[in-house]
Amino acid sequence: LVRLETMYASGKYSSRGPALIPRMKTKHRIYYITLFSVVLLGLIATGMFQFWPHSIESAADWTLDKRSVHDAPLVHLPVSSPIPERGDLSCRMHTCFDVYRCGYNPKNKIKVYIYPLQKFVDELGVPISSTGLSREYNDLLSAISDSDFYTDDVTRACLFIPSTDVLNQNSLRIRETAQALAMLPRWDKGMNHLLFNMLPGGPPDYNTALDVPRDRALLAGGGFSTWTYRQGYDVSIPVYSPLSADVELPERQPGPRRYFILSSQTAIHREYRAELERLKEENGEALLLLDKCSNLSQGAASARKRCCKGQVYDYPHILQESSFCVVLRGARLGQAALSDVLQAGCVPVILADSYILPFSEVLDWKRASVVIPEEKLSEMYTILKNIPHRQVEEMQRQARWFWEAYFSSMKAIGLTTLQIINDRIYPYAARTYEQWNNPPVVKWSSVNSPLFLPLIPPRAPGFTAVVLTYDRVESLFRVITEISKVPSLAKLLVVWNNQNKSPPEESLWPKIGVPLKVVRTKENKLSNRFFPYDEIETEAVLFGYEVWREFPDRLVGYPGRLHLWDHEMGKWKYESEWTNEVSMVLTGAYFNYLYTYKMPGDIKNWVDAHMNCEDIAMNFLVANITGKAPIKVTPRKKFKCPECTAIDGLSLDQTHMVERSECINKFASVFGTMPLKVVEHRADPVLYKDDFPEKLKSFPNIGSL
Amino acid sequence: MQAKKRYLTLFSAGACLILLFCFGGIQVPLSRGASRRDDRSLAGYRPGARWRHFPGSLQPFSPREQDDHNEHISPRQKRDANLGVYGGKRCRMESCFDFSMCKKNGFKVYVYPQQKGEKMSESYQNILSSIEGSMFYTPDPGQACLFVLSLDTLDRDQLSPQYVHNLKVKVQSLHLWNGGKNHIIFNLYSGTWPDYTEDLGFDIGLAMLAKASISTENFRPGFDVSIPLFSKEHPRTGGERGYLKHNTIPPYRKYMLVFKGKRYLTGIGSDTRNALYHVHNSEDVVLLTTCKHGKDWQKHKDARCDKDNAEYDKYDYREMLYNSTFCLVPRGRRLGSFRFLEALQAACVPVMLSNGWELPFSEIIDWNTAAVIGDERLLLQIPSTVRSIHQDKILSLRHQTQFLWEAYFNSVEKIVLTTLEIIQDRVLQHTSRSNLMWNSLPGGLFTLPQYSTYLGDFPFYYAKLGVKPYTKFTAIVHVVSPLVSQSQPVMKLLVAVAKSQYCAQVIVLWNCDKPLPAKHRWPVTSVPVIVIEGESKVISSRFLPYDTIPTDAVLSLDEDTVLSTTEVDFAFTVWLSFPDRIVGYPARSHFWDGNKERWGYTSKWTNDYSMVLTGAAIYHKYYHYLYTTYLPASLKGMVDQMSNCEDILMNFLVSSVSKLPPIKVTQKKQYKEPMMGQSARASRWADPDHFAQRQTCMNKFASWFGTMPLVHSQMRLDPVLFKDQVSILRKKYRDIERL
Repeated sequence: LVRLETMYASGKYSSRGPALIPRMKTKHRIYYITLFSVVLLGLIATGMFQFWPHSIESAADWTLDKRSVHDAPLVHLPVSSPIPERGDLSCRMHTCFDVYRCGYNPKNKIKVYIYPLQKFVDELGVPISSTGLSREYNDLLSAISDSDFYTDDVTRACLFIPSTDVLNQNSLRIRETAQALAMLPRWDKGMNHLLFNMLPGGPPDYNTALDVPRDRALLAGGGFSTWTYRQGYDVSIPVYSPLSADVELPERQPGPRRYFILSSQTAIHREYRAELERLKEENGEALLLLDKCSNLSQGAASARKRCCKGQVYDYPHILQESSFCVVLRGARLGQAALSDVLQAGCVPVILADSYILPFSEVLDWKRASVVIPEEKLSEMYTILKNIPHRQVEEMQRQARWFWEAYFSSMKAIGLTTLQIINDRIYPYAARTYEQWNNPPVVKWSSVNSPLFLPLIPPRAPGFTAVVLTYDRVESLFRVITEISKVPSLAKLLVVWNNQNKSPPEESLWPKIGVPLKVVRTKENKLSNRFFPYDEIETEAVLFGYEVWREFPDRLVGYPGRLHLWDHEMGKWKYESEWTNEVSMVLTGAYFNYLYTYKMPGDIKNWVDAHMNCEDIAMNFLVANITGKAPIKVTPRKKFKCPECTAIDGLSLDQTHMVERSECINKFASVFGTMPLKVVEHRADPVLYKDDFPEKLKSFPNIGSL
Repeated sequence: MQAKKRYLTLFSAGACLILLFCFGGIQVPLSRGASRRDDRSLAGYRPGARWRHFPGSLQPFSPREQDDHNEHISPRQKRDANLGVYGGKRCRMESCFDFSMCKKNGFKVYVYPQQKGEKMSESYQNILSSIEGSMFYTPDPGQACLFVLSLDTLDRDQLSPQYVHNLKVKVQSLHLWNGGKNHIIFNLYSGTWPDYTEDLGFDIGLAMLAKASISTENFRPGFDVSIPLFSKEHPRTGGERGYLKHNTIPPYRKYMLVFKGKRYLTGIGSDTRNALYHVHNSEDVVLLTTCKHGKDWQKHKDARCDKDNAEYDKYDYREMLYNSTFCLVPRGRRLGSFRFLEALQAACVPVMLSNGWELPFSEIIDWNTAAVIGDERLLLQIPSTVRSIHQDKILSLRHQTQFLWEAYFNSVEKIVLTTLEIIQDRVLQHTSRSNLMWNSLPGGLFTLPQYSTYLGDFPFYYAKLGVKPYTKFTAIVHVVSPLVSQSQPVMKLLVAVAKSQYCAQVIVLWNCDKPLPAKHRWPVTSVPVIVIEGESKVISSRFLPYDTIPTDAVLSLDEDTVLSTTEVDFAFTVWLSFPDRIVGYPARSHFWDGNKERWGYTSKWTNDYSMVLTGAAIYHKYYHYLYTTYLPASLKGMVDQMSNCEDILMNFLVSSVSKLPPIKVTQKKQYKEPMMGQSARASRWADPDHFAQRQTCMNKFASWFGTMPLVHSQMRLDPVLFKDQVSILRKKYRDIERL
């Protein structure tokens, strides 16, 4: 296009030339001709150079915004133009998809290119589609072009989307559409091309997949049956309901509804309708069967009304009044009614044998719908009655969420389709079941810890004790001596948190049977305690090891500060009654890792700045990730700390206590919730306080004196 | 002239300028075009140019159908038409399976009687005996919904010694064959050198395939089942536990990615293994191949063989397997390989390189959560891909390998049962498991959708759903002796339990031979007391899943249990934290008796325990359902006959599901009144055989479970301030200390 304009301009120029030339002397004439020619050639060359190589690919997209659809360039299809082969049913990603085009990229995101709009006509000038670009397809393409998937660089694209609208097969001339696809510059047997189709097939037999021959192109189709759907290759998409955009249905709280079952589709085969009528006779008011209103003419208005025995109901609002809504197959398997039903938060009862449900590759439809074989339509009422109430409520919520996230607009449908394909190409970065299926409210309240397996670690590796100390050497040495008596101790790590003072000489340290290592920190930070030191080879850190073995997914702690959070919050002053300065927490190394790398917001800095609350922060974090309460362990016999009156003794500082309440508020606001769990139990040895010979007890030392 | 010349020059210069300006109009996009080219070379992305949303009204497409389309074909005819069209390679449940056969008796499986003289591999024998021992088995073909051949179809490699000849004729002559309808055929190997086709060498008709190494191309979705390739040594039952015992942080093991196996040099499936050396770095990525296999390997060997073979011998496979974060599972001649299960067991995250392999149980398992699905075409990217996987993801992948291994793969029985459950889910469509039930603890085999399809009705998913169990319990009191006085222990018990703030209802299970006492004889309580007269009066009936239990929690009680309201309250608050375990008071322990080479049972005071007595215990109602339906009639019958061991069996069951010990609360060692007068007569605990029976039970149960599911614990849970030196007034459960 641009190239033509350039030629025209140069033509104009040369026509003006000869009129001037005779008036000049030959000397000058040559001079001017040369000058003009140089300028002209320069301009042409520049124009050619800039436009020529990619004029086909990119010329249209910037002009489009100035034009309407009707101005799209016309392309004539010769009768003899090649026709692609029919879709190959054995196509899979590893056979029909060129993965090299997608490349390896750190974002794990595919790039999608959309062909510029062209208007294809046959040799007689008749367009290949009776409707041309539909509003829905236009919406879909613009949503994709606004997304992160989009690229306008055809050479970098992994997936190609033709701008030819094949959403509705009824409006297409099959053969010519196929020819038009084959003419696309990068068609290459349909490799990496994606077609969106919602209404496949046509009368009388209604194929369940688009009839347009399409070589190896992927098909995102609404209404696939198990015989046409190429699992792991095609994507099953919903049939979009235009009502989604026109009608606003506010979300309703899950719960019982006025009707139990509602049937609202208008074009139900008489065999099914008879069956439904029979159900209605048996079960009366619980069922509501609606049909189209006979007194209304066809058109937009009639789509919004339903009737039953002369009574008129608003559609789709009436769907909100029922617990279950029937979605029966029509001539096609995919029904737009499914989208309306989901929007209304009504649980769809799907009767369409062999139908591949929309996005079934990632969505767990069993939690949002009831699928009943067509044969069993007569048993529908019994089947639905057996579903527990709480499940119906979950399904109602789930149905609405599916609509909001994946059905509500062409954008949602288009981007979900691309995400599914993206997940196949980068399976190790795929979205998880929870991400796909959990509505936001569940995402917030549920927990998904990567460590979910009930492991009870063997005793063999033992644990590493980490003791955080500032400079109270005497107290430290006593702690070390005490801890070293624990049989399963494998290693002792002392974190020396005082930069101004060196730790005592090696010879002064108590002699213990396990390796002792001193780590000096660069800064006096409380968080240093939870740093995942390389020296911690074993998983457990510190005391109460046996309890921790049985609850490796919980914080296990001795009284001291942690004690508070086992109990009601109001009683937290209890802490001041304890005088030992070492608060002991048994954490999995994983929790240390979390503390160092996953603590949200500025909590870590806050802790280090205030020299306080590292334990509370840890409790928040762990409770938030595991959803589990910590376990408090019976106190070991108390040991007094003579130096604890010193100014630097953390526990006795009065401001320290005030700060701790501040911490809770601070952390709760950073987490956006209060994850701490209150429990009323603590762990004791099995024979604790039993009237039993002490020497036969595994833990005779446990218990306060 | 000069002026003219000047004008001319001016004019021409002006013309040039105008022309330039004319171009200028296009120059804007021109310059954009130029900068785009730069962008393209840099980032390949130009935010300016997009597909524009076309203004104006476009025709919406109408998704509503016109009525007249519908009138032509009856849906019933349409369904019937499918039956004829979609057979053979296009079989689906809708077209090749007769659902009506499952209607009357549910999902029952018949195994053809074994014929004399037919050789059968040990693996196939294991498959058949697993089916025969399962709750699906029926000896009556008239009741069956699914049929399993007694002809060994596992190895269909003609060159194999296990190959059964004339299968075609033998199958056709079976009078129940019916064209293969509702039959399932198990197969591990098909085809042979050189093309290794997936054809079984006989016409399977309409039968389903449960096949290893099946390709997506031949796999009929929703009809066939892809099973894992397992070795002859794979145990029938029990099975090895996962290797992972404790977590290591950071999660990286000595090696990043390992493989050790054969290299085929030529022919089908050889490409990927031949190319592995490109990725091998003999440090953390160790991919070893050997050419030494088969008789004439020397003939085919290539230039690298000797070097590869030498490197191959340097490493020990087991050492690599257990010390690697990821394990490569490349295809062999066939798509599946033994490496897959080995890696799963070793908690070594499998990295699949087997394009077109329909992964085992792909219908129900979300493999992305436990494996890295690679692409053979992108072998060279594999190291950077696995290195890019985040620590957290590695941990959860690793845990998932262990869960899946123990849930579905570690014995032939698990593999077979999983296969059958998958088919049952298809048959009972609307009572089938959701994806979450299959892919999270404790797995589909322990989550029976016939109990409920709602996840919140099970004890396993509260955290996943972000919901809590119902904070009330139902007490079930098992009564075997008649009511004689108002001071009987059961009366006190009823009053104490009903007083608990968490009690919703009390159910009295009347398993006494005497007729039901009059209503007024029962104590007056604030919660409803329902009396159920036991039909069979057997002890297992205390674990029936009564519809009258409205709560998630059940407090199971013997009639002579002595329990205070405080103890009940405390135990229940503990249960709320551990809804998948049994919370009880008196505990017992098991041990391995080395001399007698059998399991022992002890009621002595010990430092640990592995069972709590269900004469006073709180657990989830679902375990009633599992006890009744999951356990075989043989074990339940044994329990009923002896009127003993029902508590041991329940502990076995719950621990095998949760893989965790029960929870003992409080100091309580006994829950009975000391033996006195009238109660002594009725007490089964007084029977001297009682203890010996319990030893026998332990061993019988352990052999059915195939392993010892009980787990020891050294903890008991007490109230937070239990026996602490603080004022009694500050203690919420102060009565517990007084007891």
